[in-house]
Amino acid sequence: MSPALQGLITIAIGVGGCLSYFYLSNLFLDKVLFPARGPNAGRNINRANMIRPWLFLAPALMALGLYLAYPVIETLRLSLTERIPGGGYRWVGLDNYSLMFAEAKFWEAMRNNMLWLIVVPAASTAFGLLVAQLTDRIRWGSFAKSLIFMPMAISFVGAAVIFKLVYDTRPIEQDQIGILNALWLQFDGGAGSWLLLKALPALILAGFAALSGFVGWLILRPVIAGRFHGFGTPARIVATAASAAIVVLSVRGIFELIGADFNYGAPQTWLTVPFWNSLFLMVVLIWIQTGFAMVILSAALRGIPEETIEAAIVDGAGPFQIFFQIKVPQIMGTIVVVWTTITLVVLKVFDIVFAMTNGQWETQVLANYMFDKLFRANNWGVGSASAMIIMLLVTPILVWNVYNARKEMR
Amino acid sequence: MAGLKLTGVGKTYGGTVNVLNDINLDIEQGELIVFVGPSGCGKSTLLRMIAGLESITAGTLEIDGLLVNDVPPAQRGIAMVFQSYALYPHMTVRDNMSFALKLAKKSASEIDAAVTKATKILQLEPYLDRLPKALSGGQRQRVAIGRAIVRDPKVYLFDEPLSNLDAALRVATRIEIAQLKESMPKSTMIYVTHDQVEAMTLASRIVVLADKGIAQVGTPLELYERPENEFVAQFIGSPAMNLLAGEIIETGKETVVKLASGGIARSAVPTTAADKGLKVNVGVRPEALVQVKDQPIFSGKVAYTEALGEVTILYFEPQDQADHVISKLSGIHADFRGKTVSLGADPAKVQIFHNGRSLYYR
Ligand SMILES: Nc1ncnc2c1ncn2[C@@H]1O[C@H](COP(=O)(O)OP(=O)(O)O)[C@@H](O)[C@H]1O
Ligand SMILES: [Mg+2]
Repeated sequence: MSPALQGLITIAIGVGGCLSYFYLSNLFLDKVLFPARGPNAGRNINRANMIRPWLFLAPALMALGLYLAYPVIETLRLSLTERIPGGGYRWVGLDNYSLMFAEAKFWEAMRNNMLWLIVVPAASTAFGLLVAQLTDRIRWGSFAKSLIFMPMAISFVGAAVIFKLVYDTRPIEQDQIGILNALWLQFDGGAGSWLLLKALPALILAGFAALSGFVGWLILRPVIAGRFHGFGTPARIVATAASAAIVVLSVRGIFELIGADFNYGAPQTWLTVPFWNSLFLMVVLIWIQTGFAMVILSAALRGIPEETIEAAIVDGAGPFQIFFQIKVPQIMGTIVVVWTTITLVVLKVFDIVFAMTNGQWETQVLANYMFDKLFRANNWGVGSASAMIIMLLVTPILVWNVYNARKEMR
Repeated sequence: MAGLKLTGVGKTYGGTVNVLNDINLDIEQGELIVFVGPSGCGKSTLLRMIAGLESITAGTLEIDGLLVNDVPPAQRGIAMVFQSYALYPHMTVRDNMSFALKLAKKSASEIDAAVTKATKILQLEPYLDRLPKALSGGQRQRVAIGRAIVRDPKVYLFDEPLSNLDAALRVATRIEIAQLKESMPKSTMIYVTHDQVEAMTLASRIVVLADKGIAQVGTPLELYERPENEFVAQFIGSPAMNLLAGEIIETGKETVVKLASGGIARSAVPTTAADKGLKVNVGVRPEALVQVKDQPIFSGKVAYTEALGEVTILYFEPQDQADHVISKLSGIHADFRGKTVSLGADPAKVQIFHNGRSLYYR
């Protein structure tokens, strides 16, 4: 049978199955189980209405149980066992975890994941917000927005392939097909190169450091002033510590950058330069997620009452003050939701690393580490243990995300 | 003098949609001017042009003798109160009120003094640290007014500030605004509304907007007693003024009009001999009509009545003309339905319109 026909039949069976499930189960409830007639008609109607929501929920609950709850428990179980060569398994307690924690590659993956976690959501949200604001009022704004949204339609692997070409390297005597190397060869080490490749990035880094320092201060200020109590305080302290770490990292980065000796005139194999190659991989995800952030934030910006902005104009606010003091605070909830949603994507990032470097040259991330252990080393114990670690990292952010999203919807 | 002067002001949206034309208006310092008119006639547009939120596409606007066509809103010395209040939802009442002053780089003590003063006037002390969402509609309204007061503007602009309040609160807030105006005799206020009761009670002068222009400017009672045209006559007053078609048969200090419906109307509007035979509309307010024995302006059968206690509104069966004739008799006349009633009026309260314009203003 042709695959297309097969697909059609599957769709027909699937949709028909759903419809008939809901129709028949409701019919059964209303006509057979609790018929709305006879002496107990009123009571029966009440009972049927109590059961009905569960009829609708049942398929989803079953699917969630089968594909979500069961795998989590099974993975937990596997992470505590070891395969015996020749068949069977045995319990080993936390041995898999201690094995994993002793491995340098795991910590490399952990470190890289944290780096991704800092850079990608921040950059995607910032770019998305910037684009949403800049395209709001111009005539070809929606055209620009659809261009920027387009990467969302490309799979991560597809995007990885595209960027592999961007980062591609050819021997020096051939023409470069990778745009990054083509650009790189324009630099000759003169003053222009120094300005563009050292001074400018150093400035950007310094700005970034200042910004995160400021954000950290903003977050901590209510705690110091004693105005803020309760559940949020530890979270605020952690966030401030994180931003302090970012400041330290950025400042160190500046010094490294200034001191660095660039190999001008020779094509670079970008994806093999440690640290920078991770950033090059992140660019791919930022490229994709900016579209997502832009769409959501653009809708949020549109939702701001026009009159509050006009009131600010009458009050004497300039464009920047309107943006930072009137618009951004009003869509803060949405920004947080977008940020955390991208964070979740980042924590699970796999395809991009898998397709571009496969974790070599110090670009390993947790999901690819798990894949490595599980399917290449056939070590189900350590693989499952790393899966559990990913889940542990994702869960609190997920809970927070759902909490914020629900708050936004009210 | 913090007056406003509009000369030939017009507005065309996007080069094609003409909304307002040739508005000429002189506003003195300390006046409370009300723009009134049907929905969509351009009241908000005119106000927003004065505020600077909308560009002026024709004519000039002067505030305090200075041409301000191209001056940004914040430097025009105006403050605006929006229909939806437009409070900044993420700021406390205090921050809402001090935002403009902070932007103007005023010192903390100045800001504090201004906010405290406004808070006193508006009795907002208990709410200073609340967010707008924790306030009732009336309180939000007061914060919006407070945000205007702290800036100590030359001109206050209000765009339908009461239309989001319920009926009782509307009356209370209307009185508060009137008192606020009295306490600031030097401030000029421009107030937009579609509600003629607000216009009549608040205004020192009313500007009636219609058909892309000004239909009439005058004190509330001028507009009520001597409308310049049929539009103003019917727009001011509720129920609207009755208009009856007829022909002038006698001229002089008192004019006599023979009506198409058979009645005879006498009006104190003077006419000249040349006006004899002129086709006119006679305007009489429902409350000016009283029962008479002979020489009625109008007599007809009552289609139905609305007894409000203090007055009874009679709706007559239409004769030839589309509109019902309506009269408002004081007292209770519940049994008038189906009866034939003859009505007359004091000649001083009878208007005559020719081609839509009052003959009084020739
Ligand atoms: N941005 C715009 N573009 C085109 N027409 C507009 C625009 N804003 C308002 N108008 C039109 O101008 C007229 C006056 O609007 P407005 O001043 O809001 O009336 P109102 O008297 O009810 O306050 C309306 O007919 C409206 O359709
Ligand atoms: Mg309006």
